Amino acid sequence: MTNSGAEVFDRVRTRLAAKEEEESLAGTARSSTTVSHGILVVDLAPAAVEPAVRALRDEFGFDVFLDVTAVDWPGREPRFDVVWHFYSTQHKVRVRLKARVPASNPAVASLTGLYGSAAFMERECHDMYGIVFTGNADLRPILLYEGFVGHPLRKDYPKEREQPLVPLRDGNPGR
Amino acid sequence: MIQPDEFRIPNPVRPAFTRSDRDDTVIVSIGPSHPATHGTIQIFAELDGERIIRADVHCGYLHRGFEKECEDHTWHNLIPYLDRLNYCSPLINDFAYCDAVERMMGIEVTRRCLVLRTLLSEYSRLCDHITCIAASLMELGAMTAFLYLVMIRDYMYEHIAALTGARVTHSYGRIGGLARDLPPRWLERLGEILVQYEDFIGRVHGLVDRNRIFIDRMRDVGVLTKADALSYGYTGPMLRSTGLALDLRKDTPYLAYAELDFEVPVGIKGDNYDRYYVRMREMDESVHMIRQCVDMLPDGPINVDDRRCTLPEKKHVYGEIESLINHFKLVMEGPRVPAGEIYVAHEAANGELGFYLVSAGEGRPYKVHLRAPSFVHMGGAHTMIEGDQLADLVPTFGSINMIGGECDR
Repeated sequence: MTNSGAEVFDRVRTRLAAKEEEESLAGTARSSTTVSHGILVVDLAPAAVEPAVRALRDEFGFDVFLDVTAVDWPGREPRFDVVWHFYSTQHKVRVRLKARVPASNPAVASLTGLYGSAAFMERECHDMYGIVFTGNADLRPILLYEGFVGHPLRKDYPKEREQPLVPLRDGNPGR
Repeated sequence: MIQPDEFRIPNPVRPAFTRSDRDDTVIVSIGPSHPATHGTIQIFAELDGERIIRADVHCGYLHRGFEKECEDHTWHNLIPYLDRLNYCSPLINDFAYCDAVERMMGIEVTRRCLVLRTLLSEYSRLCDHITCIAASLMELGAMTAFLYLVMIRDYMYEHIAALTGARVTHSYGRIGGLARDLPPRWLERLGEILVQYEDFIGRVHGLVDRNRIFIDRMRDVGVLTKADALSYGYTGPMLRSTGLALDLRKDTPYLAYAELDFEVPVGIKGDNYDRYYVRMREMDESVHMIRQCVDMLPDGPINVDDRRCTLPEKKHVYGEIESLINHFKLVMEGPRVPAGEIYVAHEAANGELGFYLVSAGEGRPYKVHLRAPSFVHMGGAHTMIEGDQLADLVPTFGSINMIGGECDR
C-alpha cells in the first residue's frame, strides 16, 4: 500500500469517528477500525452504514461500489455479518464495511441511491441470505428463480435440497 | 403458441414490466436460448419500432451453487470449480484464488512460480480477448476474421493443454505453487505461437479496423459514459474504453506486474469500437509482457517447501511415516488456513475479479464469495442497450463479453 493510501485510511478513521458523535450514533454503534491485508475494515452499526458510505463516496473518493455479501454465523446473535467493499480510483485503496444484523430483522439500508451497481448486488445478497435492503424496491430473485423457497447460502439450508422448477423425468418431484 | 397444461412450467423470471404505457410499442423477450445472448441471459425489451426504449436484463440461468459447493470442499479440492467461472481465462481465476489463500496463510510463492503465474495470466488474457473479439466479429458476419482468431486460439489451447492436461478447464493452480513445471520445449513453442499470433492479428486489423460496415455498426453504438461506468461498478476493458486508465496491474500491483513494462490502453468515448480497440491493444501489451516474463523466468522449484499446503514428494510418502501422515492430512482434511477474512482482487480479462474468503481456521473455507466482473457488468447493461436499435444489441452485448460461468456462478 502506498503512503497516500495509509494517509487516506487515517483520515477516514477520524472522519467516521467524528460523524458517529455528531449524529449521536455512538451509543448504538460498535464502531471499530483495523487494517487487514491492506484493506481498511470498519465495523459499524447497521444504522450508521448509509451515512458512512455517503461520506466515503463524497469526501474520500470511494467511487466504485465493488461488492456486497453476507456471512452467516448461526448460533451467534446477531446472526449475520453484512459486508461491503468499496474502491477508490483516486487513492487506489479499498475499504470494507461490516455490520451485524439479527435473523429476526435482517435489514440494512439500500445503497441504490448512491451507486448504480447496488441494485444487482443487493438482489443477489437478498437471494442468497435473505438480507433485506430497505429502499431497494426491486429485490426480485436474480440468480435463483421465482418461487424458490429459502436462502441457499444460509448455513441451515442443506446442500442436497433440490427444488426443480421442471419436474424430473421419472416423476420424482425432488427431495 | 398455447401449450397444453401438462407441458406448461412456471416462468422462472418476473419481468420488471409486462405492459407498455403507450399503445404503439411492443414488449419482446430475447433469450436466454439465443446465440446473441450467449445462451444464458434474458432481456425483456420494450420496442418502439426498431428502437429499444427500456430493457430489463435477467441472469441466473447458469447458476449452479458455486459458493455453496465450495463450503463443502477443502481449500484445495474446490480448485476445479474455479476453472468453470470464467472459462475463457481459467488460469486467472486459479491464481487469484491461490493468491488469496496464500496471503491468509502468510506464504510467499517461489520466484519461478511467481513469474510463471504472471506469464500464464497474460496468456489467459490473450485467449480471453481473442475469444471475445472473434465471437463479436462473427456475430457481425466477419467470418474470416473469426476463423483467423479462433485458429490461433486453438494453437494456444493445445499449447496450454500440453502444460496443464486440459484444453479449457486446466485446474493448474495450487496453494503454494502450481500443479507441475513446464514440459520440454514449451517456451520455444510459445515463441512460435506468438509470432503466428502477430501475423494473424495484423490481418484482422487490416480486415476490420477501417471497414465501413464495421465502423457503422460499432462507432457511437452502446455508449457507456464515464460516470455510468463508475456508478455501475464497471472495471477492466469496459471501464478503460471510456478513457479512464485504471488497471489493477498498475494501481495495486500483484504477482510480478510491478517489474514489467507495459501500457494501459484507453478508449475515447466508451462505445463498441473503443471496446474492440482497447482489447486489441491490450493483447499487444500481453504479448509484450509474456516475452518479458520468458526472459526473466528463473530456474528453481515451483512449489514452496511448506508442509502446511504442499504435498510431500511421492518417494517420501512411500518411505516415511511423517510424510505419509502429512499427505493423508492434506488430502483428507485440507490445508488449515488461519481464521480470518480477506479480499483479494486480480485484474482478470473482464475486470476486477475479487475473492472474498472467510476462514474459521479449518481445512474447508467457511465462505467463498466471488466478485464476478460479468455479473456486475450485467447490472448496468441496460444503460448501453436503451436508446439503440434492436440489432445493436448483438455487437453491444458481444463487446461486454458476458461469461455465463462467472456471471451466474
